[in-house]
Amino acid sequence: MNANAIAPAVPARPARRLPPELNIFLVLIGICIVFEILGWVFQGQSFLGNTQRLSIMILQVSVIGVIAIGVTQVIISGGIDLSSGSVVGATAMVAMSVGQIATDRAVYPHLTDLPAIVPIMVGLLIGLGCGAVNGALVAYTRIPPFIATLGMMVTARGFAKWYTKGQPISFPTDGFAAIGQGLNPVWIFLLVAAIMHVVLRYTRYGKYTYAIGANPQAARVTGINVERHIVKIYAVAGLLAGLAGIMVAARGLTAQAGMGAMYELDAIAMAVIGGVSLTGGRGSILGTMIGMIIFGVIISGFTFLRLDAYYQEMIKGAIIVAAVIADMHRQRKRIKKS
Amino acid sequence: MISANTAAAIKRVRRNTETHGVLAISGIRKEFPGVLALDDVQLRIRPGTVHALMGENGAGKSTLMKIIAGVYQPDAGEIRLRGEVVTLKSPLDALDQGIAMIHQELALMNWMTVSENIWIRREPKNRFGLIDHHRMNEMTRELFERLNIRVDPRAQVSELTVAQKQMVEIARAVSHEADVLIMDEPTSALTDREVEHLFTIIRDLKARGIGIVYITHKMNELFEIADEFTVFRDGRYVGTHASTDTTRDDIIRMMVGREINNMFPKIDCPIGDVILEVRNLTLPGVFEDISFTLRQGEILGVAGLVGSKRSNVAEALFGVHPAASGEILVEGKPVTIDSPRAAMGLRMAFLTEDRKETGCFLNLDCLANIQSAIITQGHARAGFLDEKTLTKMSADMAEKLRVKTPNLYETVENLSGGNQQKLLIARWLLTRPRILILDEPTRGIDVGAKSEIHRLITGLAAEGVAVLMISSELPEVLGMSDRIMVMHEGHVSGFLDRAEADQMKIMDLAAR
Repeated sequence: MNANAIAPAVPARPARRLPPELNIFLVLIGICIVFEILGWVFQGQSFLGNTQRLSIMILQVSVIGVIAIGVTQVIISGGIDLSSGSVVGATAMVAMSVGQIATDRAVYPHLTDLPAIVPIMVGLLIGLGCGAVNGALVAYTRIPPFIATLGMMVTARGFAKWYTKGQPISFPTDGFAAIGQGLNPVWIFLLVAAIMHVVLRYTRYGKYTYAIGANPQAARVTGINVERHIVKIYAVAGLLAGLAGIMVAARGLTAQAGMGAMYELDAIAMAVIGGVSLTGGRGSILGTMIGMIIFGVIISGFTFLRLDAYYQEMIKGAIIVAAVIADMHRQRKRIKKS
Repeated sequence: MISANTAAAIKRVRRNTETHGVLAISGIRKEFPGVLALDDVQLRIRPGTVHALMGENGAGKSTLMKIIAGVYQPDAGEIRLRGEVVTLKSPLDALDQGIAMIHQELALMNWMTVSENIWIRREPKNRFGLIDHHRMNEMTRELFERLNIRVDPRAQVSELTVAQKQMVEIARAVSHEADVLIMDEPTSALTDREVEHLFTIIRDLKARGIGIVYITHKMNELFEIADEFTVFRDGRYVGTHASTDTTRDDIIRMMVGREINNMFPKIDCPIGDVILEVRNLTLPGVFEDISFTLRQGEILGVAGLVGSKRSNVAEALFGVHPAASGEILVEGKPVTIDSPRAAMGLRMAFLTEDRKETGCFLNLDCLANIQSAIITQGHARAGFLDEKTLTKMSADMAEKLRVKTPNLYETVENLSGGNQQKLLIARWLLTRPRILILDEPTRGIDVGAKSEIHRLITGLAAEGVAVLMISSELPEVLGMSDRIMVMHEGHVSGFLDRAEADQMKIMDLAAR
């Protein structure tokens, strides 16, 4: 509160403070150490020492991680996106339907054996479109983001089921399937994360996103076109959900209407665990990435300890709630301070 | 059967009420961090009277009311209710003890019925222990009949007019058998006819022996409805008088009279051409027919009491809430300002009234706060910001304005009010404005920062910036302005030149 006593004038080149992500990074280290110890005690082997397990773990979370990157910027802007899981389902179906090899069961017999770029572009456009609709609803009708994206969540899932009347779509071309093979999803995730990290930190898009989340009224008064920017934010989130849908379909070599169910909640949980504040204005891609790895480590660790899958889900839920409580606690401390 | 004991108690209360009034407070002191809001304040309300509270903005009326209503606890002093010393722990506690407040912003639950609002916590129950809506509506009807209020008890509150809501609030207070009723500017949203009805009800309440505390800015209301009035100034008690043997000038004299010291270093500088002209700017129901001109290098002060809608005019000028009709001319050319962006395109800047609500990004750092306006106007290639230049510009400006912060990556909520304000000014100065609108530029900041900001404003005027400065502090308006525009309830009530202006003349125009 009392800044008067500290310095007479502003240093022109101020020193960076400790990154705020440090706390959760330490939590991640702590969790890893706990699993390592439990591993030696109960399983007689190292948890971290097994690189194969770690790469499977990263592979498992990288698809949801792509969604989490998109949802992170939505939450920073003060919103929420519940539709991403359903958008995954819808894009997986449509992308796969134009990415099939020629068989007698192809959805569009005339659109088979197309180059991989076709299903990719179609999937991305569908995701972008869904996101733009979300954004337009939030920005111009002023209904709460929760409701707008809930509507999209139900609608997109319905669309995915209607598209083939519930039938799965299989037999992708080799080109399309390649997207999901090996460690490709991990590379895609890292590329997306790197781009978004730079965008949020060094571009006007990023500055506007933080400003709108921190104080939409003040953002408007400083000349930011708040409505237009909100549409962009949700459109980007939709685009990334579309990308995740393509990755899921390619990886599974099949598309089903139920794909991506609950992904939206896992993605939100990753961001929140990573320190992205649900009240808007605070958070980072780095934080979400750490949140995502914490998420992965916990699931992988429980499996490693042969903990029942039912317990896993219950504990996962408790961790999400604990993360939000920790966030609220941080907020309250800040309010007291000011 | 009344026991001897009870009878004696009743007698004692009566005697006490006669000597102390129904409500008597004395020696009240209330301090907020950095501000002494009330200092040794007293007030005595006699039963069956209307007691008006008068004072400029920031005189301490609202704080005092909140203390009486149990919202704030005083740091020192005594509150006597019906002669007995009481502590009021919360608004609910105050209500239970017989003090009801009718808030300026009405405190009714919109989606419930009138009856439900009035009897909440006290709903009549039927023999199954469920709420008896029929009886509740009957009770409301009886209550309304007594008070001559015509509102359907079963109506949903959201469907009522503001006046009707106010009546419901009054009825709710009366239903609590309150002895003291606090009304905070009850007529601010009412039409003349509704005001008449309200006054009829108030006279009826008076006849029932209720003591009414009435906060108002309107002189004519005071003479019409109040028996006594008390004036406050800068958190201090000035005096109490009967309204019958007082004139308007007496009251104004009591309200003003702050000392003007040399805190305001206005330097004379040449005044240039007209840069902004406003003609008949109107937003129905808010302000009407606002016309004025502003010249380069001129500081036009805007004075007025709460409810004069000065801030709304500023928001209209900057496109935050555009006006419905009227003309704005910049350098003689008519312009359309439908968004803050458009205003910024004309090189206007707007320091808003509420630093926390519409100014700062509290949880972002100083850099983000300073840069938020300038980054909308360039300094980017393909969306990528020129961080180096921007940081240099921000640091230079922060240094020029002497913002005190450990470094520019400090979160803004950790800064003092004065430094937050300087950051916001820095934000706008980076956009190199020609027209600068300042709404309460020094509200809630300490004296040192205040005079620095004053020096800065005069410096800008000397460089040829045209400044429109809204301020509720008369000494500030008088000290800083070349000309003063006084507003009253959405109208311009007059202009005063620097040479002729004084506090009496401003208050005379501001309080009609």
